[in-house]
Amino acid sequence: MRSYLPAYELVVPRTLGEALGLLAEGAGAWRPFAGGTDLMVLLEAGRLPQKKFFSVWNLEELRGVSVGPDEVSLGALVTYTEVRESEALRREFPSLVAAARETGGWAIQNRGTLGGNVANASPAADSPPALLAYGARLELVSAAGSRTVEYADFHTGYKQTVMRADELIARIILPRPSAAARHFYRKVGTRRAQAISKVCLSGLVETEGGEVREVRLAVGSVAPTVVRCRRAEGALKGRPLGPSTVAEACEELAAEIAPIDDIRSTARYRSRVARNLLRDFLEGL
Amino acid sequence: MSEERGKVTVNCTVNGEAVRLSAHPLARLLDALREELRLTGTKEGCGEGECGACSVLLDGRLVNSCLVPVAQVEGSSVRTIEGVARGGRLHAVQQAFVEHGGAQCGICTPGMVLAAVALLEREPRPGADDVRDALAGNLCRCTGYTKIFEAVLKAVDGGR
Repeated sequence: MRSYLPAYELVVPRTLGEALGLLAEGAGAWRPFAGGTDLMVLLEAGRLPQKKFFSVWNLEELRGVSVGPDEVSLGALVTYTEVRESEALRREFPSLVAAARETGGWAIQNRGTLGGNVANASPAADSPPALLAYGARLELVSAAGSRTVEYADFHTGYKQTVMRADELIARIILPRPSAAARHFYRKVGTRRAQAISKVCLSGLVETEGGEVREVRLAVGSVAPTVVRCRRAEGALKGRPLGPSTVAEACEELAAEIAPIDDIRSTARYRSRVARNLLRDFLEGL
Repeated sequence: MSEERGKVTVNCTVNGEAVRLSAHPLARLLDALREELRLTGTKEGCGEGECGACSVLLDGRLVNSCLVPVAQVEGSSVRTIEGVARGGRLHAVQQAFVEHGGAQCGICTPGMVLAAVALLEREPRPGADDVRDALAGNLCRCTGYTKIFEAVLKAVDGGR
């Protein structure tokens, strides 16, 4: 059933400071509202528990892609379309661009934001596996100041994060990968567009002299949170890439994920496909 | 934007005309268009951003108007299906839909046309894959899509 709108509020702060002031009012009274692609769905379905929202959509401080010597900084409000259209991201972060391309359709990509995708904390979200594979950090801001957290430490449980109620995601920071890095992103859903993933894997590997020098792997839709696969990484790092290493990494991956049966897929299918995706990536290197 | 009894007044442009909407800030742009402005060409399908029937252009970008709260269109420019034909002449996309069987029951058609217009305004010479990508968020239960894709590609050649 639709929500009763007069029970809700949406105000439009003019500055980031004004927005952070609302957040500082305490006890999570006010929550941010970005492109609305998740929140409007819940509102329409009568399942939006929070009542007071402030729009962050027009806060310029939270926009833009800036390229530094070692890092790329993405405003939390960068949309999937902006990711797809960014030359810098297309050149150096193809997995993130692939994730953006497969999130919803154009109408969703024009409104959905990376910060919203992260804050919404769905284990089936499309951009988080890519952000984990790129070793992202998050800049969180509040009226009290700002701090930076490793994205790999951000999700603590289903829809739970380390973010305090008075904090807002300001920027997503991605270290620029070396030119030798190999990138992988593959989402398996019912169809290519407008689908929620059954399983999604992203990875980044650098090899040197046949050995794996750097590796980051992440999987979505296989646990209460998106998962950085440290055991599979451990099976690869410092070792030569060969059939036995690949097999071992795939087994480690299967052991560190915890997929479930739900409306979109089964635990068995997800586990099998997650392993196959990793094998597909590693055998293609 | 000013506030009065839970409602806000939002100034924006719809199909080139300045309008003033009075609605709850979380009211859907879809409802403001259909009920306040009587622009009923924009359809409601799923109401949850899956089907694209309510697609409009917001500052030139395709959006699902069921997912846009009115408070966020202050100062923006909205283009609906009513604003696609100019001076009584159909847009090349509309003409191609008519001539090549791109429309059957018609419910998805306004959204499909706007998605196609959004594509052509960004990529004047799209290929078949570009058309599939740009229209992927618009669902149709009648055509099987092939006639729609063909119509869009015909529109690229000026509707021929």
